[in-house]
Amino acid sequence: MMRIVRHVTGWIEHRTGLETAIRNFLYEEVPASSGWRHIFGSVAMFLFMLQAFTGILLAFNYAPTPGEAYNSLRYIVTEVAGGRLIRNLHHWGASMMIVVVALHMAQVFLFGAYKKPREATWMAGVALLLLTLAYGLTGYLLPWDNRAYWGTVVTVQIASKAPFLGPYLSRLLGGEGAIGVVTFARFYGMHVLLLPPVTTMMIIAHVYLVRKHGIAPAPGDETKPMKKFYPEQVYKDTVAIFAAFVILFAMAVAVHVPLERLADPTDTTYVPRPDWYFLFLFQTLKFFEGPLEIVGSIVLPTLAILALVLVPFLDRGRVRRVTQRYAAFGVVFLALLGWAGLTAAAIATTPKTAAVEIDFSAPTEWLQLSPEEMAGIGYFRKENCSSCHAVGDGGAKIGPDLANTAIRKSAAWMIAHFKRPATLVPGSMMPPIQLSDSQLNALAAFLLKLTPQNASALQAAPTFAVEGALIYQANRCGACHLVNGVGMKVGPPLNGTFRHRNKAWLARHFREPQAMSPGTIMPRYPFTPSDMEKICSYLLSLPD
Amino acid sequence: MSVIYGLWGLIGAALALPASIYLLFPPKLRKREEWTEAAEVAKLAPKTPTELVFRHNRVDGWKITSERTTAWALKVSDTEVIALAPQCTHLGCAYHWDDGKRQFLCPCHTSTFSPEGKVLSGPAPRPLDRYEVRIEQGKLLLGKVVESESAE
Ligand code: FES
Repeated sequence: MMRIVRHVTGWIEHRTGLETAIRNFLYEEVPASSGWRHIFGSVAMFLFMLQAFTGILLAFNYAPTPGEAYNSLRYIVTEVAGGRLIRNLHHWGASMMIVVVALHMAQVFLFGAYKKPREATWMAGVALLLLTLAYGLTGYLLPWDNRAYWGTVVTVQIASKAPFLGPYLSRLLGGEGAIGVVTFARFYGMHVLLLPPVTTMMIIAHVYLVRKHGIAPAPGDETKPMKKFYPEQVYKDTVAIFAAFVILFAMAVAVHVPLERLADPTDTTYVPRPDWYFLFLFQTLKFFEGPLEIVGSIVLPTLAILALVLVPFLDRGRVRRVTQRYAAFGVVFLALLGWAGLTAAAIATTPKTAAVEIDFSAPTEWLQLSPEEMAGIGYFRKENCSSCHAVGDGGAKIGPDLANTAIRKSAAWMIAHFKRPATLVPGSMMPPIQLSDSQLNALAAFLLKLTPQNASALQAAPTFAVEGALIYQANRCGACHLVNGVGMKVGPPLNGTFRHRNKAWLARHFREPQAMSPGTIMPRYPFTPSDMEKICSYLLSLPD
Repeated sequence: MSVIYGLWGLIGAALALPASIYLLFPPKLRKREEWTEAAEVAKLAPKTPTELVFRHNRVDGWKITSERTTAWALKVSDTEVIALAPQCTHLGCAYHWDDGKRQFLCPCHTSTFSPEGKVLSGPAPRPLDRYEVRIEQGKLLLGKVVESESAE
């Protein structure tokens, strides 16, 4: 057996030199001082390969056109087995990659490892940082939800304001006029066809240069014997990669990545935000107004990139012990402080979204329910019906499965049964439900909607909507308004309210209707602040 | 060092498993197959298969597409209709009815089938697949295709 293996490896070695190549790679000599601080490059490379892997998997179920991107992504996260995990890995992997690349740069910077003759290695590294950011920028559009759309509108607008190049850039990005199929195709093409091979070549160049010049030695290394890359450094790299992977995997499982409403160019209430790592730029923009705007959007970022590229030429001092590089620590500290301050300011100053965020990566069947049925969910939860009844999941509980359509009776029967369970179902152990008739009506209306297929989806109705519907019912809003085809047409129908109103407007309108729409016959509804929040959120969640 | 191999093994497994589930497991079913009205039973000729063309909705990934499909319907009696799926059970070619010989003929590798779908000759491994059938108020309703058991 061993002989066959040796024979085969010998054959391969003779034809390709693979074994020697691997040996040379692994037994590379590294300075005595190398160790844990050198893991970041390997972790970044691992994350890049992981992004490629999850990206390819996503592409297998994703249709890259504005018409279908959103639905196919929704399909991935709600229906494809394991789809949500793969998408979350890709999403959080991108964020993690930015963090790790930044750490890698900070380490190299602090130790002055970019100094002669390693200037080119550093510059290739800066190129890789920019490529990483380019992935973030282009990938942001691909879910084609409101967040993606509006974020990209801002990006393309900024590019179009660049001096001289502006018009060409916006044509290149397909964003002339408006963002649509062309921009989408360009962004997708860049994200999956252009950036990956360019990045791969850059990584090869970067690693080649690292190997050519060797790991930068620290002062004092000259006198100590060199170490081998394998196994010691490989072990440390592997442990670091594993730790990064565990964190990423845990995030992908535990931290939910929402999907917003389908991209809607007519939505006037949306507040666009970039992803967290671009927030500082977003905030910088706010300091420059009018003609100075391009200072924040183009000039400063360009200068910053230039400064980064030129770091090895700006700092031409001798190699020094890291503990004596006060200036370098100062720079990193200031950069971090500036970044954190701007990001915090951006988060703090963004208005608490006026619109209501519905998570479209979860079931949304509840959007179609009438207010009465929604209120029914509220009573269902309040009365703890599910402590005795299974709902579509077939679990063994005392009462019958309520999603079972075979036990379905009329609403009148149900209400009578709710009041005196044992008279209609002899021997029933169910306690009578103490609710008013209209509340029992709502409960019955909801139960009549249940089927084994929609049970779990309807139970996922978010609390704000259910509580909003309870208020809606309690105030008999349906006596004048229409929601999902139920109610009256005295007042305006309420579906699609989110298109032209926001929370502040609605709240004021409830408090003083006359001030907002003079001549209206709507009475005043001075709700408590928490009720106001709920009813407004509910109204803004109503679909078109 | 075995720790190195071990950790890489764990990473590999933690990726390979979800990836295979993602690619190989069926997605959650969005809705149950529905019944489609294909013909009026009274209008079907008795004892001779009729080709029915109808539209039905198919769940196709993230879409539901409405597509034209056919069925070969054989009225056994007013309360019993057999509806055959239009693909040959050998390699999926479309077969047709040969009125002279009173049998189905597949042009690809010349399998022949009886009006009820039984294999008479040729390489087809099992009888023709049938649609689930329901008759309601004189209308023929077709459900999903059930794969036939291989004969004998
Ligand atoms: S496909 Fe019909 S006989 Fe081969």
